[in-house]
Amino acid sequence: MYGAGILRGLGVTLRNLARRPFTIQYPEERVPQHPRFRGQEFTWYEQRCTGCASCAKYCPLGIIRIVTDPDGGNEQDGGSYKVDVFDIDQARCMYCGLCVEACPYDALHMGSGFEAATLRREDLVINVDMLKAREKRPSTWFRPQLERAKADPHHGDPVEWREAGREPFPWHPKRPAQTPEEMDHRASADGSYRSER
Amino acid sequence: MTLRTEPVVVNVGPHHPSTHGVFRMKLTFDGENIIDAEPVIGYLHRGTEKLAEERQYTQVITLTDRLDYVSSMTNNQAYVLSCERLVGIEPPARGKYLRVIAAELQRVASHLIGVGFFLQELGVFGGTALMYAFRERERILDMFEMLCGARITLSYMRIGGVLQDAPEEFWPSLRSFLDDMPGYADEMQALVFESEIVRARAIGVAPVSAEDAVAASFTGPILRASGVAWDWRKAAPYDVYDQVEFEVPTCEGGDNYDRFWVRMQEVRQSLRIIEQCCAQIEPGPVRATMAMLFRPPPGEAYVPIEAPKGELGFYLVSDGSIAPYRCHVRSPSFMSLTLFREMLVGWKLADAIVTLGSLDFNMGEVDR
Repeated sequence: MYGAGILRGLGVTLRNLARRPFTIQYPEERVPQHPRFRGQEFTWYEQRCTGCASCAKYCPLGIIRIVTDPDGGNEQDGGSYKVDVFDIDQARCMYCGLCVEACPYDALHMGSGFEAATLRREDLVINVDMLKAREKRPSTWFRPQLERAKADPHHGDPVEWREAGREPFPWHPKRPAQTPEEMDHRASADGSYRSER
Repeated sequence: MTLRTEPVVVNVGPHHPSTHGVFRMKLTFDGENIIDAEPVIGYLHRGTEKLAEERQYTQVITLTDRLDYVSSMTNNQAYVLSCERLVGIEPPARGKYLRVIAAELQRVASHLIGVGFFLQELGVFGGTALMYAFRERERILDMFEMLCGARITLSYMRIGGVLQDAPEEFWPSLRSFLDDMPGYADEMQALVFESEIVRARAIGVAPVSAEDAVAASFTGPILRASGVAWDWRKAAPYDVYDQVEFEVPTCEGGDNYDRFWVRMQEVRQSLRIIEQCCAQIEPGPVRATMAMLFRPPPGEAYVPIEAPKGELGFYLVSDGSIAPYRCHVRSPSFMSLTLFREMLVGWKLADAIVTLGSLDFNMGEVDR
């Protein structure tokens, strides 16, 4: 009594024998990724970063650690801090992209990789030197200006820091360098204000 | 000669491929018949509700992705709708349409998973039938990647709209999917729902009456399979569901076969909704101006939505600070397990596995 159904099922099998396989042999061939793919290889532009640590503040897991040098920049004049430490613990990162969304100066961008396997957990932490040395191939996720410029992290060219932002210039241009003697007071290392005079 | 038998307790799970995550069933057998069944949950508890209490409202969106990890989009939607009710903000029209398109695509993907795993658990086709469902789902995931850069943990919706507008290449991709999907659904239906073996094993197995289903707080496809036409998209339309036409498919029997018949019909209705949204959507902003960090006025909000698995809602209590004071998740999968014992007792072990497949629950959402 089940004979007809089995024959019909075999007909489906026969029809599918001629179909093109849908599977992809992963390590050898890869699915094309969209430029918006958000993954590893965070791209950071030192020239755009002011050290405001918005990314660290909006990270849901608190895995971004930023230490800025209080003497490295003229913060009271709207300049930028010099970023000494910029650690991203990718072992705990879930690539939600809130840090990139929070960056007001388009200094931090998502990357495109997804193969994070390392032998040691500590190797997954990205530090500021790695971020500086990295080839700048930002994902176009939450960066409409890169999408308009047809940037592609896989096939396109690296993006220069002037092209990466909404504006070609940093939002807070540095003023001419001031010596401590020219300033009334400045922040000390422990955060309290002291007068220079 | 009579055989002397005694009840045997068998633990199925927590690591059993058919249990949709880490779910343990304590089944008591008399021979092959189930005489008692007890669900044991909690193996996937991650404390999402507690974690939400110490994160800002925007950051909680990333936690909702991980509740029902095969339908992240609707989890996002339920959460942001509750937040918007709390804040009193209205997203722009294009944002609402994009939300509905994304949510309906997610419903198709989730139902495909449900149907695929149901067949996997029938054991009829080995892994082939599952791969049939995954083939179509893959295209939806590709579209999600275009929308928001991720395939599973999407975080696409934001309080006051969606994250960003769809790229140009999204629309041709969606068009070709809408053209192809009815054919795939027909093929699936011919292959599976008219198969004699599936019919023999699923029709009449573990039926739930409409009264029982309502009493057990069932929602979603498993309630509609029992004959109750209840759908939050009709009862309290959110986003733009009042602008589109669709039907709520129902069945009478409430057995395993009907639950899956309802899911396949809902896939077709979802495609209908997406077609209408594509026709109605107009250019414009997708996101209302809203700070990432905000303090809603003290109060509470609960907006239920029709997630693929049933009524999903986030009950949020605000005390005026930057994080929710309390965040309770009303998850449909948890309620689906209410009648676990009543449904399984009297059936055989093989039927128990299939019944679990037909409930289409997700442990990420049950344990939270």
